[in-house]
Amino acid sequence: MQDQTNTSTSHSIDETDHGYNFAYLDEQTKRMIRRSILKAVAIPGYQVPFGSREMPLPYGWGTGGIQVTASIIGPEDTLKVIDQGADDTTNAVSIRRFFAHTAGVATTETTGDATVIQTRHRIPETPLTPGQILVYQVPIPEPLRWLEPRESETRKMHALKEYGIMYVRLYEDISRFGHISTAYDYPVIVNGRYLMRPSPIPKFDNPKMDNNPALQLFGAGREKRIYAVPPYTEVKSLDFRDYPFQIQKWEDSCALCGAADSFLDEIIIDDQGGRMFVCSDSHYCGERQDAGHRGRDPSEMPDATPNPTDIAETA
Amino acid sequence: MMQETEIPLLRVSRLTHYYDYIVGCRNVSFDLYPGEVLGIVGESGSGKSTLLNCISARMEPTGGSVEYDTRAEGMRDLFGLTEAERRMLMRTDWGFVHQNPRDGLRMSVSAGANIGERLMAVGARVYEDIRESSADWLSRVEFDTERMDHLPSTFSGGMQQRVQIARNLVTGPRLIFMDEPTGGLDVSVQARLLDLLRELVDDLGLSAILVTHDLAVARLLSHRLMVMRGGEVVETGLTDQVLDDPQHPYSQLLVSSVLQA
Repeated sequence: MQDQTNTSTSHSIDETDHGYNFAYLDEQTKRMIRRSILKAVAIPGYQVPFGSREMPLPYGWGTGGIQVTASIIGPEDTLKVIDQGADDTTNAVSIRRFFAHTAGVATTETTGDATVIQTRHRIPETPLTPGQILVYQVPIPEPLRWLEPRESETRKMHALKEYGIMYVRLYEDISRFGHISTAYDYPVIVNGRYLMRPSPIPKFDNPKMDNNPALQLFGAGREKRIYAVPPYTEVKSLDFRDYPFQIQKWEDSCALCGAADSFLDEIIIDDQGGRMFVCSDSHYCGERQDAGHRGRDPSEMPDATPNPTDIAETA
Repeated sequence: MMQETEIPLLRVSRLTHYYDYIVGCRNVSFDLYPGEVLGIVGESGSGKSTLLNCISARMEPTGGSVEYDTRAEGMRDLFGLTEAERRMLMRTDWGFVHQNPRDGLRMSVSAGANIGERLMAVGARVYEDIRESSADWLSRVEFDTERMDHLPSTFSGGMQQRVQIARNLVTGPRLIFMDEPTGGLDVSVQARLLDLLRELVDDLGLSAILVTHDLAVARLLSHRLMVMRGGEVVETGLTDQVLDDPQHPYSQLLVSSVLQA
């Protein structure tokens, strides 16, 4: 899983399919999307409608993100695509291949080398730098959607900055579970004005959006909306004064690289209840391992494997 | 109750609303004073709800004006306010009790959250305070606070109506609009709820506009009564006066049509 990290593959011109326009979309469509992006950048957090096109993959697989990427990418760009933090999952691999194929751009798995990073569900652990663009795939852009079903009403609420109802959701969390249990797609206020859904990233990543030097673009293909967080823009997660915003914490560190500061995935490793925690950001984990970091042996972890007799009793 | 020197809370002048060429209500004028409860009675289709919707700024009338004594700036024409100001007014200084609690409540969040919503909308950001106010208001409408974390769909009609009333009162409004507040309830629940409403209106010094077709409800709650027919006000006066000695033939008909139990 980790042995193919740090490979920066430059696709030769021969692998590019010249039957398509550069980056698949036609130039007029790209201009239209760029206009929406410019508007989105000018009004941080505001959802700009755009004429979303049919893409050669189903809705929900990143059609919005792909269209944004296709509109901003140039021949000199280097693209990284991640899905749940990993470079080697189906969605990431196929979108990366798509652009290598239709645009002939260089692709990479190294966060620092990429100029455009398309992501689903994560922000890379390696801090982004000025000049980089992070493109999010967004399933549902409207943060008020499950609270207020009428689109006319939610637009009015955005226009008048009536966001009290969003706190109702957090209130419900606390009254039911004793803490704010919303763990992903955690609502934020951008630049002190617009309420925004950060797409289903874990709330662990919310602090990274705040004052990030990279440009963050969000594309929702089915819902036909684009929004943006320009570089160095304030992004504040909603909370109550007596229940402040908190990110997830783990008792374990990564079993492969020993990182204690990254978002961990729990992986079941056998049918005896054994499990381990590993970084969800595969590039970050690989980089640390290359630098000589190692995690603890899973068998040494407390409670990693329950007593076999317990299993026998319950079976 | 009414003093000539007092400034009215609400002034309605020549209010008219047409649905295309069909009359909703026509040429309605009245003043509502602080602490006063005005009942609007009439048969179905007489324009009661149209009038209520226009006064409460839920609908823009075709003609006439509605002025309200705002806390900050005194008398202002409702439809001259910006939409933001109007909506602010609606969720702080006003309340609207719907006949069907489903129209006035968020059915997918708990009773406590329903009441807290208005507080959060005006900037309350301390959970414990919000919860305390919710519990306080629930107990004031005689609602079992044990159930404040339950969904409204698990409550009886009477309980839902209590939650809706508490939700409207939590921001300390000065004016409450009620559209058949005891409509779908059985008589014993209705009696208790009316008792509660009367107490609350008295205690808090609320003004209210009550639309009902039930003359008994009108007699119990309202100080003054307006009888409507065909979109126009045919008679207006003190409640007891109108009900005991109706002058207009239609008022006489309305009063005499009440079934005697």
